[in-house]
Amino acid sequence: MPSDAQNAPLVTLEAVTKRYAAITALDSVNLTIRAGEAVCLAGENGSGKSTLIKVLVGVEQPSGGRVLFDGVPQTRLTPTAATAAGVQVIFQDFSLFPNLSVAENIAMTAERATGTVMVRNARAHARAAEMLARVGVELDLDARVERLPVAHKQLVAICRALAADARLIIMDEPTTALTEREVARLLDLIRTLKADGVAVLFVSHKLAEVLEVCETVVVLRNGEKVAEGPASEFDSASLTRAMTGRDVATAPPAPLDPASPALLKVEGLGRAGAFEDVSLTLHSGEILGVAGLLGSGRTSFAKALFGLACPDRGRVTLDGTDVPLGDPIAAAASGIGYVPEDRLTEGLFLEQSIAHNIAVGRFDTHTQNGVLNLGNLWSEAADWLKRLSVKAPDPTAPVRSLSGGNQQRVVLARWMARQPRVLILNGPSVGVDVGSKAEIHGIMADLAAGGLGIIVISDDLPELLSTCHRILVMKEGRITEEVTGGAKVSEADLSHRLAS
Amino acid sequence: MINRILHSTEGRLAIITLAVFTTMAILVPDRFLSSANLTSMAFQFPEFAILALAVAVAMLTGGIDLSVVGAANLSAVVAALFMNHFAGEGTGTGLLLAAIVLALSVGLMAGLFNGVLVANFGLPPILATLGTGLIYTGLAIAMTGGSAVMGMPPAVAWVGNGTLLGIPVPLVIFAILAAVVGWALKYTAFGLKTRMFGANPLAARYAAMDTERVLIKVYALCGTLSAIAGLIVMSRANSAKADYGSSYLLLAVLIAVLGGVNPYGGYGRIIGVVLAVLSMQFLSSGLNLLQVTNFAREMIWGILLIAVMLINLVSFRRKP
Repeated sequence: MPSDAQNAPLVTLEAVTKRYAAITALDSVNLTIRAGEAVCLAGENGSGKSTLIKVLVGVEQPSGGRVLFDGVPQTRLTPTAATAAGVQVIFQDFSLFPNLSVAENIAMTAERATGTVMVRNARAHARAAEMLARVGVELDLDARVERLPVAHKQLVAICRALAADARLIIMDEPTTALTEREVARLLDLIRTLKADGVAVLFVSHKLAEVLEVCETVVVLRNGEKVAEGPASEFDSASLTRAMTGRDVATAPPAPLDPASPALLKVEGLGRAGAFEDVSLTLHSGEILGVAGLLGSGRTSFAKALFGLACPDRGRVTLDGTDVPLGDPIAAAASGIGYVPEDRLTEGLFLEQSIAHNIAVGRFDTHTQNGVLNLGNLWSEAADWLKRLSVKAPDPTAPVRSLSGGNQQRVVLARWMARQPRVLILNGPSVGVDVGSKAEIHGIMADLAAGGLGIIVISDDLPELLSTCHRILVMKEGRITEEVTGGAKVSEADLSHRLAS
Repeated sequence: MINRILHSTEGRLAIITLAVFTTMAILVPDRFLSSANLTSMAFQFPEFAILALAVAVAMLTGGIDLSVVGAANLSAVVAALFMNHFAGEGTGTGLLLAAIVLALSVGLMAGLFNGVLVANFGLPPILATLGTGLIYTGLAIAMTGGSAVMGMPPAVAWVGNGTLLGIPVPLVIFAILAAVVGWALKYTAFGLKTRMFGANPLAARYAAMDTERVLIKVYALCGTLSAIAGLIVMSRANSAKADYGSSYLLLAVLIAVLGGVNPYGGYGRIIGVVLAVLSMQFLSSGLNLLQVTNFAREMIWGILLIAVMLINLVSFRRKP
């Protein structure tokens, strides 16, 4: 459906640039969004999508260029000004208040924006009911939001944005946690909103499924706009090519020696409310993928394997020896390593040196007679940086100064230095540029060739298909099927199995 | 060069310390620079400086120890009661040594208890140590009935009032402790773990660091340092009481923050704490000589604290 060309642009970005120290997160990006239009902003993690949102809502000030609302340049954009202009963001986690009711969540920000001192329940109810009617859905207004399924939480978030008189709704990764049916329902809702004159900006790295409701597609890579055009000209493959800058070859991994011994055995592992009855066997030299939507229990399971959460039942054995559950130190001692999903909060000590980040957890082995052998610690770090070809000025620099790909290699080096038997990688290439991604996959293959067992948890299906010998599909806390990796399964097929 | 000094917290602090010293030296030159005043300052600050050292170490982990004064008084009261009970003829050096060991053990136990509460039970440090501080003070009151314990052997006086090669003993003790703690934070696995844990407790756990043991050790160290401060107070007052030095708690926290220790954990240098101690002592002695009332003095401390935090904030913000 073509947008009304007469429409004046609602939001315009003109040559917006954002630099953080040495890193250029956004490089002279132009973008125009009109009323009633849906735009797809595609890009891999780390391509500058989040920075663009932050600039648009006034959380970050651009280093260059300008932002216009209704054609009016915004000199110093604040979140308040952006809200007043009708820009609303729905983040991946929806930022709802789990302990409040549906009505309170929908009406709260709007109540605050009108300057009303007292909360009036009747008015909140009326406002919430009005918004739900507008999008044509029925929800119990008094239900507590934490009890709602994910798709309903998303509806609440959309209604909240509408209640605050949204004219542009930015949706960050709107489909990652939705099943196919829920995605279809979301698309219907988006059509209603567009007919109502509301603009939508989808921001995601998995956009193929929302293409049909979009007019325009804009692709970011390394902070630059690399492609733009009508949505009808893009399909899943061309989007991927634009986002990564090349055709992602799904070369299957080297076949696994069928005689390779079982390394890690998980039997009937379960944790109430997270995952149930998970059993698997990981062989030496094998790369095993675990695929699942957000909220499928994939991360809880990975954490439980490493002792970060204590399972209620089941057992884990490594080489036939029981691994103590619920104790990361014991798990590490028995030879399990874990590279976390969120590198910045769970993986790294950002202000600390690269060498400290590599040696953390092993300071005791660098101690002689109670004193740290710092020379030893530095040289070991330098050694690892060279082995994993990290381009770093020197190991004493703070790890913050490295790019995403190099930071991930620092976390890998930390675990490789402990010589684990099993490595669990949760989202190994999240926020990593394409070149580094391939190199990290190379490191994984080398490690597996050396006899390590690797479990990869990811929602990056091409990544799983090209690196894993087997892929386990996880849905609602259970492993529902096993897929052989490599070229035998297509990405679309696997995606369907995850979300159906 | 000057830019570099201005851009480090410790550099700015050194300038502030120097400025306070110079200002006081200009305002009341004859009395501030008199050897009597300088000596008296050197005897005064070590007791709260050691407490500040303890608070700073706890703060490095992103926690805090509010029980330092309680633990110091409890240790001193136990030592004083012990000496009072066994005091006989003579200087009582042996008795003093036994009492010191006893006091240090009490401080260590108090610290371990804090550590277990924070590390094993996961209580927020600020609340856990607020509670234990009251417990330690309460225990000291129960032991003494709230009155001062006196009647200690003459040897005790040396700890707080003696000199070693012309240097006040309390200053010597503080200098040694500051050097050892500063060294340990930099060159031992424990110190590095403490700083890494403070920088990102979650990442420390994900890296399979023995975070609970590190925390317990940190609070045990705080307790032991508190006991040492308690012994110095006891010696200088020639008595021990459950509520000595009650203004020291806020002063110790203030000095730690002033010294550039990040209250959220991860960053802090002992040299900064030492400089903060000196500037506070110069300021407080100078104001005393200028006959400024105690009330105004506390207000000036508060202004200084807020001002330094604002300056640090601005300089952190300028960093991209």
